[in-house]
Amino acid sequence: MRTRKFPGKYESLEKIRRFVVQTAEDAGLDQSAVYAVELAVDEACCNIIDHAYGEEGVGDIICSIADEPSVIRIVLEDKGLPFDPSKVPAPQLNLPLEKLKMRGVGFFLMQKLMDEIYYQSSPTSGNVMTLVKHK
Amino acid sequence: MDVKTTQYKRCDVVKVAGRIDSYTAPELEKALQAITDAGRYKIILDMSEVNFVSSKGWWVLIDNQKRCKRYKRGEVVLVNIQTEIKDSLNLVGMGSYFKLYDDLTFAVGSF
Repeated sequence: MRTRKFPGKYESLEKIRRFVVQTAEDAGLDQSAVYAVELAVDEACCNIIDHAYGEEGVGDIICSIADEPSVIRIVLEDKGLPFDPSKVPAPQLNLPLEKLKMRGVGFFLMQKLMDEIYYQSSPTSGNVMTLVKHK
Repeated sequence: MDVKTTQYKRCDVVKVAGRIDSYTAPELEKALQAITDAGRYKIILDMSEVNFVSSKGWWVLIDNQKRCKRYKRGEVVLVNIQTEIKDSLNLVGMGSYFKLYDDLTFAVGSF
C-alpha cells in the first residue's frame, strides 16, 4: 500500500487524483474504471474539505492506495467532523432545471462509481473512508 | 485549466482545456459570467480538450444554464464531450439538462 499526505486544499485535488490514477492504471484497470476511481476520489476529498473540515486549509487528507489481486482499495483519512452516510439524502435530480439545487451529489456519485464504500469514525483515529473498485 | 472565449455573431464559444474541479471551477464561472453579464446567453462549451469534470464543474454549468434559459433562445450547449465525462454526467442524472453536439459548426448553427 502506498500512502501520501496532502493539505486539505482544492489545489491538492489534482495531485491526489494523479496519485490514485497512476496506481489504477498500473493495476490494469480500463479507461472507464480509471476515470471512475479518479472522480470518486475527487468527490470524496471535496467532501472532506467542504464538510468534514468546513473549508480549505483546516487539516490534511491522508490517501492510501493498494493494488490487491482482485480490487483497487483506496483509503482516505481526515481529522474533521464525522458524518453519517446513512443520513445523506439522495439528491433530487428529476426536477425542472429552475428547481435544481446544488447539494449532495458527491456521495451519490461515489456510490455509483465504486463497488464498495466503507466509513468509520472515531474521536481518536478520525474519519476513515475506504473506496473499493473491483478489477 | 485554460479557458478561451470567442465571440461569434449569434453565440459565444468557450473552449476549455484541462480539468474542471473545485480548484478550477471558479475560473470557468468567471468566464461564463463575463458572457452573460454582457447580455449574451447563447453559449457553446467546447469540451474536446477537457479530460475531467467533477460535480462542482457540473454545478457551474447548471447555474449558467439556468441563467441563460431565462432569456429567449438562450442556452448552454456542450460540444465534443469525452465518453467517460458524458457517462458521469448521465450517472449523476444531469445529462437531460444539456444538449450535446459532436460538431462545433453544427452547434453554432443550432442557434
